[in-house]
Amino acid sequence: MEPIEIAELIKGKFASEVKDIVEFQGQVAVLIKKDKLLDIMTFLHKTPELHFDYLADLCGVDYLGKKEVRFEVVYNLLSIKYNKMIRIKAEVPEDDCAIDSVIGIWVGADWHERECYDMYGITFKGHPDLRRILMPEDWDGYPLRKDYPLKSDLGDKEWKAFKEVIEIGKKNLAYEVR
Amino acid sequence: MRNNDMKIIAKELQTREFTISMGPQHPATHGVLRLVLDLDGETVVKCTPYVGYLHRGTEKLCENRTYISALPLMDRLDYISSMANDVGYCIAVERLSGIEPPNRAKYIRTMMCEMTRISSHIIWLGTHALDIGAMTVLLYSFREREWILDLLEMVTGARLTVSYPRIGGVRNDITQEFLDSLYKFTEEFPKRIEEYETLIDQNRIWLQRTKGIGVISTEEAINWGLTGPMLRGSGVSYDVRKYAPYDAYPFVEFEVPVGRNGDVYDRYRCRMEELRQSNFIIRQCIEKMPKGYVLAENAPDLDMAAKGCKKLVPEMSLSRAFICVSEKYEDISPPGEFYSSVEVPKGELGFYIINDGSGYPYRVRLRAPSFVHASVLPKLCEGALIADVIANIGTIDIVLGECDR
Repeated sequence: MEPIEIAELIKGKFASEVKDIVEFQGQVAVLIKKDKLLDIMTFLHKTPELHFDYLADLCGVDYLGKKEVRFEVVYNLLSIKYNKMIRIKAEVPEDDCAIDSVIGIWVGADWHERECYDMYGITFKGHPDLRRILMPEDWDGYPLRKDYPLKSDLGDKEWKAFKEVIEIGKKNLAYEVR
Repeated sequence: MRNNDMKIIAKELQTREFTISMGPQHPATHGVLRLVLDLDGETVVKCTPYVGYLHRGTEKLCENRTYISALPLMDRLDYISSMANDVGYCIAVERLSGIEPPNRAKYIRTMMCEMTRISSHIIWLGTHALDIGAMTVLLYSFREREWILDLLEMVTGARLTVSYPRIGGVRNDITQEFLDSLYKFTEEFPKRIEEYETLIDQNRIWLQRTKGIGVISTEEAINWGLTGPMLRGSGVSYDVRKYAPYDAYPFVEFEVPVGRNGDVYDRYRCRMEELRQSNFIIRQCIEKMPKGYVLAENAPDLDMAAKGCKKLVPEMSLSRAFICVSEKYEDISPPGEFYSSVEVPKGELGFYIINDGSGYPYRVRLRAPSFVHASVLPKLCEGALIADVIANIGTIDIVLGECDR
């Protein structure tokens, strides 16, 4: 079964949930509402003709100011048996920043969901141990959000050696081969 | 009389679980991994891994750089197989933007990836054996690793963080001299593999420390999202090189070694067979190496050294030229998103890139195999002895630079 057919199959079964189907360079992405996520995932996992047994990746995306709904959680699924891939994207609005955990279907989602929570602040309902994973436990803010700065406001003051490096670089210009 | 006394003492003595923190500075954790172990005697009751000590925010940094200047960051993920990461990133961007590298570049990349696989696997073998108690293998394996690093240095000029591939090809061409010395290596290497195997394959201590330890069944392995030798040791022949072939892998022959029991020993066997297959692939690449250019015509422009010569712009030093290029606006079209994965020595390294057409990636997600493999540690360790924790950390072949990103 081709990926686009799988996407149509999902649309046929969960017509009210599917918002969009996009095909790009041979990969198919299905954009869904988050309410019936678990039903759709269970359908993909349990149906023998689909058999998406392997969760390749789970991550969040922040569309600040680009889309109406700010966050999306992206699931890249692969069926090892049939070698087919599909991408499910669930919309998560900012004011209700929570989504069901898929840990009951794929155990491997455990750390991916923790990382998504750590980086975007999206809560996963039903996750047994939702803590920060990469950042320190007392960290303030969610680093991968688009409104989180890459550098702090301290700028050059934060790292004094930066000015010294620039000055040394200027001096060294005199010795360069021209 | 004595027995009775003993019973009374045992009744009065109270035992309790105690917690020890293993790492982050510990020679057997292969980096800055911290495990909090709850122990009942010598049995591990609960194991909680803590990662993130090496978190550098690679994903965030990528979002603020052009596609081409994000490449050196990929070296720093899995620093003992940096070439494979670079190739994976380049392939992801190529697939996203529809660039097709020339055939010669594909073969060079394949060859380089397999060289890195060998170097990564032998450093794994050496350190894993050292952790378990067989020190000699380390000394032998570093001998071959040194050889490979010298060969890499011949082409790329760097030993570890190579940054050799480019989007649409490779940075510079290889020489005949390099091919000759690599061929010499491939002739010699199978004998070296046998040397390692004579040291530990029939070693009774090695067998007792590895057989039946850290068992993970086929269904569990897939469900946990394991990849690479971790998954293949449990009997699933999932290999990205076969499932979604990239570069020159469709043109070369190789087998995917598969284990049966899913224990530490089977994963060891898988990796040893992979060494042989890698060697075989390198030989085929040398024999079939096509002629031609090493960079695609529509590759994104970059005034760095290409096609074998370094170009110095007059009145401008190389370092300044590099700075100018990094700031350059490179438009990679069309907007869209793509998930692409490659088989690095540790497993499946996935790149999920969203392009919004601004020249900068909107989102780069790195699916690191070590991250997933570290999450399975509690499953492997709980109920086992504390000595087996070391064997389990060794067998998942973890690199924390990649795990923490």
